[in-house]
This record gives sequence, C-alpha cells and structure tokens, in this order.
Amino acid sequence: MSDWIEACAADDIDEEDVIRFDHEGRTFAIYRSPDDEFFATDGLCTHEHIHLADGLVMDDIIECPKHNGRFSYKTGQAKGAPVCVNLKTYPIRVEAGKVLIQLGQ
Amino acid sequence: MTVTSGMVIIGAGECGARAAFALRENGYEGLVTLIGAEKHLPYERPPLSKDIMVCEDHPVARTIAAQEYFDEKAIQFIAETTVTHIDRRAKQLAFADGQSLPYEKLLLATGAIPRTLPLAAESRHCAYLRSFDDALTIRARFRPGARIVIVGGGFIGLELAASARKRGAEVTVLETQARVLMRGVPEEIAETIAARHRQEGVQLRCGIGISAIRDSGASATIGLANGETIHADLVIIGIGAVPVTALAEAAGLETGNGIFVNEYLQTSDPDIFAAGDCCIFPLALYGGRRVRLEAWRNAQEQGTLAARNMLGFAEPHLSVPWFWSDQYELGLQVAGLPDEGTLTIRRDLGDGAFILFHLAADGRLVAASGIGPGNAVARDIRLAEMLIARSACPAATQLAAPDVKLKSLLAA
Repeated sequence: MSDWIEACAADDIDEEDVIRFDHEGRTFAIYRSPDDEFFATDGLCTHEHIHLADGLVMDDIIECPKHNGRFSYKTGQAKGAPVCVNLKTYPIRVEAGKVLIQLGQ
Repeated sequence: MTVTSGMVIIGAGECGARAAFALRENGYEGLVTLIGAEKHLPYERPPLSKDIMVCEDHPVARTIAAQEYFDEKAIQFIAETTVTHIDRRAKQLAFADGQSLPYEKLLLATGAIPRTLPLAAESRHCAYLRSFDDALTIRARFRPGARIVIVGGGFIGLELAASARKRGAEVTVLETQARVLMRGVPEEIAETIAARHRQEGVQLRCGIGISAIRDSGASATIGLANGETIHADLVIIGIGAVPVTALAEAAGLETGNGIFVNEYLQTSDPDIFAAGDCCIFPLALYGGRRVRLEAWRNAQEQGTLAARNMLGFAEPHLSVPWFWSDQYELGLQVAGLPDEGTLTIRRDLGDGAFILFHLAADGRLVAASGIGPGNAVARDIRLAEMLIARSACPAATQLAAPDVKLKSLLAA
C-alpha cells in the first residue's frame, strides 16, 4: 500500500465545497460534503480536462465549471451528458485536523 | 427503404445527436434515424474556433459518441444526406436521390449557418467557419506572419483572432458597430476582452465599414468605407448566423427568425418539433419573450427535451440561457439575458475577475455576466443562474460584496 499524503488542513475547505490539490505533477480535487465528510477524486473532468475545483458542489455532486458535466464525488460516477467516463476516487481520512489522501501507484 | 415509421431527426450536430440518445435513454424502442449533412459522425463544434485552431497535433474532430455507441443504441446515422422535402400529409421525408422515409414524429435540428457577406462572393481568399472541414481550411492558413483579416467582432471572430495570434499570424478585426460583442455582452466586459486583444497585438477597428473585397493573386485587398485599403492572405467572415429554416418554411411551418415552436419545442405541426439554433422559442422566465439561442448547452438541453416531448412527456423548456467564450486565458460566461436588466451591480472576485449582475426594475435578478482568468467566474455564474431561475430578488449590497457567498443567497 502506498503512503498517505497530507493534502491540506480540514479547515481549508468549507462544508459543501471543494479545493484543488496538486502533487508530483498530478492534480486532485478534495471535497467536504454538507454532512462534514471528506472525499477525493482526480482533479480534471473526464470530458475536457477542466479543473473540477473551479466547479460547484451541491449535495454529493460536483459540477464541471465549463460544461456542467456532473459526477458524484463520493463514488466518482458520471451523471450524464456530456460526461460518460467516471472519475477516479481516492481514499481519504482526517487526522488531527489534517486531510490525508492515499494516491496509490 | 423501410416502411415502418419511427422517430426521425434532421441535423446531426450537438442537438440532433443528444435527441437521438435521449430517445433511447427514455425507453423508446422503435426506429431512430439521425440524418446529417456532413460526412463525420456528430462532433462538438465549440472547439472549432479554439482547440482545433491551436492544437499542436493533427486536429481530429471530437465526436460526441463513437460509431459503436450508435450501433449499440440502434440509432441509424445517415451521413452526407440532404432532405429535400417534408410531406406533412403523408408524414414522410424525400431525399435528393428520390428515396423517402416515413416518420412518426420528426425533429428539426438543422442549426444555423454563417451569414454570408455579398461583397465576399467573388473572392477565393474569404472563408466562413461552421464545420470541422472549414476549421481545417482556416487552420492551415494560420501561419506565422500570415495576414488575417476578420470581418465581424462577435464571438467567432474574436475567438478566431485569439487563435490566429497564438499561431503567430498578424490579425486585424473589422467591426461595423461602435464596439465588439454588441449583442448579449455588456460594455464593461466587451472592453475587457477588447483590451486583451489589443495587448496581444490584434488591430481592433470598430465603427468601420467595408466597401469592397478584391483578389490580387495570392491575397485579397479590402477596401474600407473611409477609402483606406488593407491586404489579407485570408479574410474570415464572422458576421453572425442565420437559422436553417428552408425545409420548415417549404413545408408550411411557421417561421421567422427561426422555426417557431411553443414551450414544448413543438412547431405549428404537432408531429414536428424543432430544437437548438434553428428554433425560436418562448422563455417563460422573461414573460414569454421569444428568443433564438446559438449556444452549445441550449442545443444539448433542447435536443434532450424535444426527444422527451416527442415521446409525450409534455415538459416545457424552462432553462436559463447560458453560454461561454474562451479567448487567450480569459473565460467569459453569461447566464440569462442581460438586456432584461435596468440596474447593474458589479462584484470583484480578485485576479481581475468580475461579475456583473443585471437586475430588472422590480428587483429580480435577470442575468449575470462575468469574465476572468480560466474558470474564475464559473461557480458564481452557475449560482447566479440558479437565482435567476428562481426569479430571486437579492439585495444589491449583497451581490456587490465578494465576502457574501452567493450560495447563502440561494438558501434565502
């Protein structure tokens, strides 16, 4: 198993919001749900490689800022046109106010 | 051809393709036929003026779906085919080769084509952009030092100007109106875009007419109304688009600036629907004002909705108009119809990004337009769109204050 990497402080993200996290040339999106849980996905929309962190979080959905492609950020599931390819998700946990993400190989 | 009738869609752009998919997504099991004039599978047009012009690799059309998807969904896609006549009484279409095709319900998703400039008719150095093939032709001429003259300071013209500059061409934009983007974009935002073009070295000339375009060997000479002449290796005409309505008109359907439809996207013939750039439809949000939109998301949404209504769902079109444009690193987004507003409130987001909120006299938020680097304005424009859809009347002081989250106004 790969290491857990510190992405940000839990307080850096508002509830029902998202921030961008870049690490070693890769980009991720980290979410805080309205019920105060954290999630992580790949940072770019599977449709046109737009940064999802500029998009809007509503409930458990992240909406791409460009073409309104929608995904569940909890499961990565694409929710219809124009997106048809699911988002990759990553394990995440919060420890002592820090958000840790497991990026894998 | 087959005698069983089914759903037929004329026009295989974003709108037509989405309609075909939506028929299947909504459980329709009969025949679905999608008829396109081009040889390509349905593809996305927005990149034509942007990515396709500047990408380093050999450009490929970004298809909306692969052939396998059409096969899997049993959607019959007929390429390079023109419908010549709609026989409404017999409910069938006629093709140029004499064949015919019956329909149960018909969707016209014929789109819009560039408005032609009569002065350009004789020139071999003038081009229009509508199709992927047009884009390839134009792209090949975007070389370092090439002199590109763009007639029209609308979205197509300005996006192409930005792309041509990225490829090192010398660019002049000629606009007859007093400023660029007169239609649908507030002056403050148009000025931001104009300034960015000037900074990139684009010669932006507004309030100037053209009197002649003449070829002289490998280039064209453009005569301006003030007597001046300028030379171009390529002239691109981007003076707006006209809806493709000839087929509908000949079939006796009601048309004007577009094919007339009701809020269900149904034409004056209940078995024929129209959607996307070709139709003019009423927006309940603005008191039933009829509009025709040339926008990607509208094409998508109306294609999907028309399909549902062809199946009998009877759902009205209620979406807030929305479009975007990318030029250089700047992203512009507009939700709603800014010309419905009488009061404008500005919110600065930092990094030069700002949003203008347009309020009607009764306090309703009727539009929001924003510009900034990348997608800086996207989230707030999306939230504004939701407020517009609810006919919300947010306080001007809250709209102007960047620390008041728009999301909090939604909850109000």
